[in-house]
Amino acid sequence: MPPAPIIRPKTSKDDKLMAGFMIVIALYLVVALAFPLYAMLSKSFKTASFDLKKYEFQVNKGDGWGPVVSAFEINQTLHVLKPEDLVTSADGRLYATIFFPDFSFRSKTKYRFRQLDPNSSFIDGTRQITDNDWHTYTAKEFRRIILRPSQSIGLGNYITYFSTPALFRSIKNSLFISILTTLITVSLAFGFAYALNRSTMRFKGIFRIIAMIPILIPSLLPGIALVYLFGNQGMLKGLLFGADIYGPIGIVVGAVFFTFPHALIIITTALAISDARLYEAAISLRASAWRTFWTVTIPGARYGLISASFVVFNLVITDFGLPKVIGGQYNMLAVDIYKQVIGQQNFEMGAVVSVVLLVPAMMAFSLDRYVQKKQIAQLSSRSVPYEPKPNRRFDAICLSYCSLMGVFIVGLLLVCQYAALIKLWPYNLHLSLANYNFDVMDGGGWRAYINSIRLGLLTALVGTVVVFSGAYMVEKINGFRVLRTGFQFLAMLPMAIPGMVLGLSYIFFFNNPANPLSPIYGTMVILVVCTVTHFYTVSHLTAITALKQMDREFEAVASSLKQPFYKLLAKVTVPVCMPAILDISIYLFVNAMTTVSAVIFLYSPDTALASVAVMNMDDAGDIAPAAAMGMMIFYTNVAARLIHLFVTRGLTKRTQAWRKR
Amino acid sequence: MRQSVLKSFVVGVCITTISIFAVVTPALAVDLTVYTAIEAEDLQKYAATFNEDHPDIHVKWVRDSTGIITAKLLAEKNNPQADVIWGLAATSLLLMKAEGMFYPYKPKGLENLDPKFYDSDPVPSWVGMDAWVAAIAYNTIEGKKNNLVAPKTWKDLTKPMYRNQVVMPNPNSSGTGFLDVSSWLQLFGEKGGWEFMDLLHKNIARYTHSGSKPAKLAAAGEIPVGVSFAFRAAKLKAAGAPLEIIIPEEGIGWDMEASAIIAGTDKLEAAKTLIDWSISKKAMEMYNSAYAVVGYKGIAKPVKFFPPETISKLIKNDFEWAANNRKRILAEWQKRYDSKSEPKKN
Repeated sequence: MPPAPIIRPKTSKDDKLMAGFMIVIALYLVVALAFPLYAMLSKSFKTASFDLKKYEFQVNKGDGWGPVVSAFEINQTLHVLKPEDLVTSADGRLYATIFFPDFSFRSKTKYRFRQLDPNSSFIDGTRQITDNDWHTYTAKEFRRIILRPSQSIGLGNYITYFSTPALFRSIKNSLFISILTTLITVSLAFGFAYALNRSTMRFKGIFRIIAMIPILIPSLLPGIALVYLFGNQGMLKGLLFGADIYGPIGIVVGAVFFTFPHALIIITTALAISDARLYEAAISLRASAWRTFWTVTIPGARYGLISASFVVFNLVITDFGLPKVIGGQYNMLAVDIYKQVIGQQNFEMGAVVSVVLLVPAMMAFSLDRYVQKKQIAQLSSRSVPYEPKPNRRFDAICLSYCSLMGVFIVGLLLVCQYAALIKLWPYNLHLSLANYNFDVMDGGGWRAYINSIRLGLLTALVGTVVVFSGAYMVEKINGFRVLRTGFQFLAMLPMAIPGMVLGLSYIFFFNNPANPLSPIYGTMVILVVCTVTHFYTVSHLTAITALKQMDREFEAVASSLKQPFYKLLAKVTVPVCMPAILDISIYLFVNAMTTVSAVIFLYSPDTALASVAVMNMDDAGDIAPAAAMGMMIFYTNVAARLIHLFVTRGLTKRTQAWRKR
Repeated sequence: MRQSVLKSFVVGVCITTISIFAVVTPALAVDLTVYTAIEAEDLQKYAATFNEDHPDIHVKWVRDSTGIITAKLLAEKNNPQADVIWGLAATSLLLMKAEGMFYPYKPKGLENLDPKFYDSDPVPSWVGMDAWVAAIAYNTIEGKKNNLVAPKTWKDLTKPMYRNQVVMPNPNSSGTGFLDVSSWLQLFGEKGGWEFMDLLHKNIARYTHSGSKPAKLAAAGEIPVGVSFAFRAAKLKAAGAPLEIIIPEEGIGWDMEASAIIAGTDKLEAAKTLIDWSISKKAMEMYNSAYAVVGYKGIAKPVKFFPPETISKLIKNDFEWAANNRKRILAEWQKRYDSKSEPKKN
């Protein structure tokens, strides 16, 4: 009997249409993520070096022209340059006279020179000469001849990087700060989450809100607050006992502040799903509270703790605003990128540091994914949610701990607001609004603030549409496994890419006249694209989670009723997922308002942003106005949050009534 | 009715797309994109004064600190976004000239300028506006508190009493910082200059990213002695900060703010008009309100809060040397001082 034919599910018209949509969004991710990263990677291998065989000289000491000699031949006998002197950057310069140790500009000797690389040039004083012809110079003129390097491809930049101690040390510094911050933040957040979940203390709602504040402000704002608190003229300077806030101490304190809510969210979720039956078992086995904590609580929250650690680690190692404001002379990788590109115009080296920064970020990310895959569902249908019982002493401890954390968070914020209103700290403590006169300062003035709101709204709108459609297609499509896996990978990738690296790679990719997309460089479009891409992963995961909650039977029913998928999407899926959709848009809005690292290389005069203005004003020494602008961002985000809350409530009433019985 | 949700979705997406493009499409006036490092508070004044004479040309400023603007221009070398540079350090312009980025142009009225203030080529690639200098901003209140004596010379700053009391800009990111370093190397010679900086380094509390920040830190009393952009120090003094502006006796480094036309601009006529105007008497008088030294011969008046000896103390600055040795100096500086990442031991 012939084998039965394999029955393959037919791809329907709907599936094909959905695949088409998915390819469009996948293409977006390829253009906005994969291509720029590739451009950056290839840039990091672009080296510039002096190819001595390409420079030729002839000397005339008054007795006629001597033979043609190349710089290479001269160097072989004179050894004026060591091999490492030949590696340089695209901006490298070398005086021609170093090949003539007896050179004197007063002599009557004449020199002829040419360079043979058709893509290179040399400089006569300040003029660029691009031809490959012989030029004749007197000694006086010849001392102004400067050789330029040839471009090639190789590992030269990496070798330079790892042999420059100042740069290399940044790796150590970045790792040290990130690990230390991770340990502190996760412990503090665990305590806070524990108090919220396991005690019956009062004011839990308020603490929950306070703990979320740092999400609403740019990461460099705590740095500014710390300057006012612990700087040389700081209000609480004495508390540091002479230690310097500019450096590791400042970075760690500020980083704990801005990573705290991220860790808290994850750990709270992990603690919330614990099973009360385990605790009952522990009690009936007469286990001590201490033992129960280590054998029940911690193992239960284990994955949350690990996940929180990776998230915090990644946030700190890729953050750039904070070490810039309060890092002093303590170099970190993300700041190095900025210094290389902005300070020294060494884009190749900036690309190298970016690649180096990618390594730990990528590692933390993939370890996190690996751990999450191992997590097994702890919450079974038989689980009983844990209900904390009143315990006066324990509740009091929890309350005072949470109050302490609350004072830390609110305190830093109040300091910023106070600083913003002071005329001239510390000599003139009158209150004034002068620091809000942003238009006479660096950073783009009030227009930057308007631009930020515009960017926030556009990012929320475009981002939500793109992310949700992408998530819908990838979740609901039948077949097309390869496409789906590829798409999932692309959607997860942005999480591992530091904003700074993304921004820099956008310069390389989009500011290239050969790229047909180059007109978007310097416009709002590139900022929106960059921001959506930068925050893609979390939005994508939110959408996927919401979509997974919907039974696939909806699709089956719809197709049996011969309804196309887009009708189902519009009539059922979108309304059902509305809370998640609103969550995505507020997430994108808030992050677009606060992000610095991704957009620092990409803004233009018309698109200056508030968050960047905070940094630029701080940079120029206008610290109080920087605090003022930072607080404007905070208030805007609070307002956005309130609107979000209001809209969600309204919509929940209208579209989510079915969730209640 | 049934399709209305989908329809509104599609319409929404279209509107979004269109509005994005509407937002980015430039207006149709004669817009000149001008890159500059002029202080932010002066931008509006400069543009407004220019528009008194040329209302038809709208100046679109791109302003950032010297290092950043230079980086931007070099990065955009093959795809220039700027039409004109108005007000950027001459040392930066020399770098770009060597990349062939400028359209040489001899502006009207060039003969009124001190020859030091323009490119020596027959058709100059850049023309200067004014000179800006680096001086010492000294906080008298904090100085007294810490029992300091106001420094008189650069070498004074290396005295042990200023340990951790001096702040200066990082030459790798700040134009003022590079100007300081290159002027010390010219004043004290290559070897003496580095020896001086080795000693100075011991007293430096920190290196800042911008050239104005040391003056502001000194004004706020964070660090009493700031090696800074003198213009900023004078402004802060005018605003009431307890600052003394000190011009060190050895002489002070300076750089020129200068202008140039970017090769390949499609608004050449407007660019020429701006460059012509930028060296007019009216423009020079405008620069003179804040800068003591301007390019126009014989019109400079003293500036309030600026020490009168400023002009006589300017060193003979070799811009070409500074531009062509810039990379080497910065690399050496970074090797010597930027690796100071460990907290300092007192």
